[in-house]
Amino acid sequence: MSEATARPEGCALVTGSSRGIGAATALALAGDGWHVRVNYRSDRAGAEEVVAKIADAGGTATLWQGDVAAAGDIERLVEPGDDGPVLVLVNNAGVRMDGLSPQLDDEQWQTVIDTNLTATFRATRAALPKMMRARFGRVINLASVAGIRANPGQANYSASKAGVIGFTKTVAAEVARRGVTVNAVAPGLIETAFTEDVLEGDMAKAIPARRVGTPEEVAACIRFLASPEASYVTGTTLTVDGGLSA
Amino acid sequence: MATQVSSENVEKTIYDGLVELGTERDDLSREATLESLDVDSLDLVELAQIVEDEYGVELKGDDVKDVKTVGEVIDLVVAKAG
Repeated sequence: MSEATARPEGCALVTGSSRGIGAATALALAGDGWHVRVNYRSDRAGAEEVVAKIADAGGTATLWQGDVAAAGDIERLVEPGDDGPVLVLVNNAGVRMDGLSPQLDDEQWQTVIDTNLTATFRATRAALPKMMRARFGRVINLASVAGIRANPGQANYSASKAGVIGFTKTVAAEVARRGVTVNAVAPGLIETAFTEDVLEGDMAKAIPARRVGTPEEVAACIRFLASPEASYVTGTTLTVDGGLSA
Repeated sequence: MATQVSSENVEKTIYDGLVELGTERDDLSREATLESLDVDSLDLVELAQIVEDEYGVELKGDDVKDVKTVGEVIDLVVAKAG
């Protein structure tokens, strides 16, 4: 194995991994041999199911309760433990609170920014020093097609995800020479509980692929970005949207 | 367990850390400036992590922004630990 593809001991943290893209990502990373910290805020049953699936597949994972929007929680989630330092960080936890911008209240704005953008910053800040020391680290931030193109009704969500993309680029440039990569993945319409209220009617007609995506298709991209083989990919935003933003 | 903080211990930690980051050991002295050693802001972040791992002392960006020499880094760590 070359130096560029070597992988030191450590674990993967996937925030918000009790369901949807986070759950699929936790399973994918465990399949690559990472011990995975399965983080959840309130859906303990869902998180337990993910941990059980990982164990059934021969992997290892532990439950980590914590609200990423709470300042103290995120540092605790990233703290090195018996499973070593967090060397793969997937900032996946996110919320939507939609509404046309003239009607968005401050709480709808701030809650979405706190969870989607500020928590991504805090988790990354906490994880980077250990990654730099290990000369290996993978930060993968969940952005969205809504952070790249207009999506009426999601001004707060779009702003948070555009912020994630800008944050990703700058941090990537800061730490690239320490073997740490920082990338974003921007899903389009993915079939999860997060989007079930918007996946109605003939929405698929607007997507060149003529279908919505699956959590596993997003997880496959995250798995690649987390791999040692992706060592020269940094600062990029990988869209996973069936051509929606093409 | 954190290493006992003494000026000698900290000096050794800082010197070893700087060598690990690419500085020539022969160039190191308390008077050497970080600039002359090509120690940049990212190196300082990593040096802060080395110090935290070794002594449990947390160095923030504001703590090190005015530090110019290796000796000042050593003195800062000793002072923060005291």
